[in-house]
Amino acid sequence: MAEFTLPENSVVKEGKTFPAPEGATNVQVVEVYRWDPDSGENPRIDTYNIDLASCGPMVLDAIIKIKDEIDPTLTFRRSCREGICGSCSMNINGRNTLACTKDISDINGPIKIYPLPHMPVVKDIVPDLTHFYAQYASIKPWIQSTTPPPPDKERLQSKEERAQLDGLYECILCACCSTSCPSYWWNGDRYLGPAILLQAYRWLADSRDENAGERLDELEDPFKLYRCHTIMNCTETCPKGLNPAKAIAEIKKLLVERKIA
Amino acid sequence: MNTSNRPLSPHLDVYKLPLSALLSIVHRGTGAFLSIGTVALVWWLMSLAGGEESYIVAQKFFSSFMGSLILFGWTFALFFHLANGIRHLVWDCGYGFEKTAVDKSSWVVIGTAGFLTFCIWFFAYVFTIGA
Repeated sequence: MAEFTLPENSVVKEGKTFPAPEGATNVQVVEVYRWDPDSGENPRIDTYNIDLASCGPMVLDAIIKIKDEIDPTLTFRRSCREGICGSCSMNINGRNTLACTKDISDINGPIKIYPLPHMPVVKDIVPDLTHFYAQYASIKPWIQSTTPPPPDKERLQSKEERAQLDGLYECILCACCSTSCPSYWWNGDRYLGPAILLQAYRWLADSRDENAGERLDELEDPFKLYRCHTIMNCTETCPKGLNPAKAIAEIKKLLVERKIA
Repeated sequence: MNTSNRPLSPHLDVYKLPLSALLSIVHRGTGAFLSIGTVALVWWLMSLAGGEESYIVAQKFFSSFMGSLILFGWTFALFFHLANGIRHLVWDCGYGFEKTAVDKSSWVVIGTAGFLTFCIWFFAYVFTIGA
């Protein structure tokens, strides 16, 4: 049964407020979810007042500025700062996205930053993605083939075959979609979630893969696949503009076609 | 490292649900409400089979303000569930997944359900006045 409320140790309390630096001309309020594993206390919301006049344009710039200039204990993941590594995925003003590609100027009022929803928190806005990665491994994300590769060249694809992977190969596994999905919130232990199912379809759609039958056998499961109820949060939130909901629908179609063919 | 005391990050409280997600909740709600409605329909049919006295009891309930309000709710629930069900069929065929298409079809579902509910009650009203 789904738990709609947070467990007692996860209820968020009010935290500290850090005033704007003297002489600030363009003050922006940033509220950030904080949790320190060593404190034994509940999570809290800390409020930072930063000066946008000396800050980069993206939400990630604001977070880095806070860590550099105001509070070095703030913990977060980031790497490429250009939307290709998927490290800085988080919940910003109610939607999951990448902090590095989210414009501060798109946000009215305070910036509100939470970790990806319904995940165990390691520290501050760093969620534990162990289970997510284990689910990814479970779909065997590599080419499986019984035909030996040609001795003198790669396994080639036609332009049309290659085009089948457009909208799939761009996924960076940031987990924004999976952690936006209420089905994944309530049944994430067994439901694979949109990100992993999009990846599963990526290998089903690959002309070089020869193990579609077994892949579909693995997916045909009331929980792994069919907890998708087309809620569409995944597609709405994907920071790369991909469409996991459509990929899942394509898997469902493959399963039906296999039955009636 | 002790990981057992890790908090669960906020979900429903902080997530800004898009229109499609709200309609998904309403779809489930109307589905549950409609199953209660079938029990009420059976009760009405049984009262009909039970003769004049029992039929009058049921009619009294359904023509009371509360009864009419619930009937109105059931009509809307039926049309909403029907319209959104058709949208699910279209989705299951692999169409209408683009973000703009989803937004549009959400409003079509709301509009259709509202319009059909209005029609039913308009005609019901006209015919009751006529009778």
